[in-house]
Amino acid sequence: MTAVVTATGLTKRYKSSLALDGASFQIGPGRIVGLIGPNGAGKTTALKAILGLTTFDGHLDVLGLDPRKERDKLMEQVCFIADVAVLPRWLKVRDAVDFVANTHPRFDRAKCDAFLARTKLQPEQKVKQLSKGMIVQLHLALVMSIDAKLLILDEPTLGLDILYRKQFYQTLLEDYFDEEKTILVTTHQVEEIEHILTDLMFIRDGKIVLDTDMDSLGERFSEVLVGAELASAARELKPLDERQVFGKSIFLFDNVSRPQLEQLGEVRRPSIGDLFVATMKGTYA
Amino acid sequence: MKTFYWLVKREFWETKGGFFWAPIVTGIVFLVLNGMALIVGEVFGRRGGDHWQGFRIGGQGLHADLAPDQVAQIGAGIDIMFYAVASIILCVTAIVVFFYALGSLYDDRRDRSILFWKSLPISDTSTVLSKLASALFVAPAIAVVVGVLVALGMAVIIAIAAALHGVGLWALLMASHPIRVVLNLILLIPLYALWALPTVGWLMLCSAWARSKPFLWAVVLPIAAGVLVSWFDMLGVPGLSSGWFWPNVVLRLFGGLMPGSWLMLGEPSSLAGLDHHDPAALLDGMNLAFHYSTLANPTLWIGVIAGVAMVAGAIWFRRWRDDS
Repeated sequence: MTAVVTATGLTKRYKSSLALDGASFQIGPGRIVGLIGPNGAGKTTALKAILGLTTFDGHLDVLGLDPRKERDKLMEQVCFIADVAVLPRWLKVRDAVDFVANTHPRFDRAKCDAFLARTKLQPEQKVKQLSKGMIVQLHLALVMSIDAKLLILDEPTLGLDILYRKQFYQTLLEDYFDEEKTILVTTHQVEEIEHILTDLMFIRDGKIVLDTDMDSLGERFSEVLVGAELASAARELKPLDERQVFGKSIFLFDNVSRPQLEQLGEVRRPSIGDLFVATMKGTYA
Repeated sequence: MKTFYWLVKREFWETKGGFFWAPIVTGIVFLVLNGMALIVGEVFGRRGGDHWQGFRIGGQGLHADLAPDQVAQIGAGIDIMFYAVASIILCVTAIVVFFYALGSLYDDRRDRSILFWKSLPISDTSTVLSKLASALFVAPAIAVVVGVLVALGMAVIIAIAAALHGVGLWALLMASHPIRVVLNLILLIPLYALWALPTVGWLMLCSAWARSKPFLWAVVLPIAAGVLVSWFDMLGVPGLSSGWFWPNVVLRLFGGLMPGSWLMLGEPSSLAGLDHHDPAALLDGMNLAFHYSTLANPTLWIGVIAGVAMVAGAIWFRRWRDDS
């Protein structure tokens, strides 16, 4: 299968800093990829490069197109939601649908109307009268009615309450995602997307430091709850991270064989959040 | 083409307040004020007794028996009134368009809604050109229609007042040509667009380029340049003429939206040769051919070339400016 996004040596230099430092990765079709990184790691810059919103060095191929040169054509196949509240405040719900319906060749109006019927949005309402959660509902209805190959979400649920956040991802999974589509999402609320991801990428200082699918993640990383008496034995296996809970230690291991770990204590799959914290240690120091 | 139509429509949605309501509200205020002034005139006229001279339109006093040529002069006078009222509305629109152009490529960067517009498969060229078309064609066209409607309202008010004096102005209104006025004004829009292109281009370039405060850049840069040129001129540096620079660069960069400002061209101004005491002749003298003779002036075309270059610059910045 041909990849949806192929990046090789992606580099972006701003005046004083390096936002992307030779990042290379590949995203296949039918995946849901989480791009996770601390603030300022280059997440948004990477997404902007994919969307053709910024210049960059290196090679980048999105659906066979160069986003720098063929942005207009590319955007027929790529959708994105950047943050909440980027819909213009003066726009009416009805006009938003009308506009996208008449300018986007792959927009399905009936679908959009069906999505909107499930919400409290009224056609005559302006965006400035809507709550953040309702704006996202509108934006999501617009985007999900477009038959695109790649959907890019940059902190799509920032500032929403938990009801809207849950509903957002649930709607995406149930009514939008299929094996033809690819979703690339960045967020700080890692635990909320953990169960829907098929792939995971960590980015730090403009470099991809981890790129794995969720199945091999479980095989590669393990978390072990170790009693105080075995703690030193565990330390000899060079854990990525160690933290204390109720007098016991929790160790995080990368690529240590499972039987070996089971002798130390209870082995389980680490959460993305814990893995993230361990990987990014010292980022802000 | 369909996309372009919807892009222009989007601009209209966003600026309905300025493009549509501002001229209408101005028109209504204008009519109310004039109505009030007329009532004041009536009241004082009656108190003043014999000094009341009656209405004069087109240099002709209104009385019962008018010769045909006098009727024609009154008709021409009413036509001039139409143009004058429409010009007031066009001036309001000119101010609206000035600020519209200045915000057109900046406001959506500031509130980040550019990220939504850029998520659609629309080229930056179409986006910028749709804004240009809104500024140069849509807004003036609305202003012309509203302006002539207001002028008709004004004519009705005057007719009512005249009727109070036993003068049947309706017949005289028939001697005026509102439809010709509308047609002339509409046909002048292309010339207006060409003339205002460097101004709108400059404002849009600043709008697309400035990281903040596009108004300051758009206004301060040309003025600062003008002051510098004047300064060097005073010092006697050869090859610089502030007398040329101010009207031909500074004013063209932000004054081109004023309706009819191409009439200031030439030395002495092309208005000088017209007879201001004969309305019919004045109107004849200011026909379309008179206005369009501006096309023979290279100043206009240099402005157009500069305008096109600045619009191209605005498109480039719209594509690559990366700050949202």
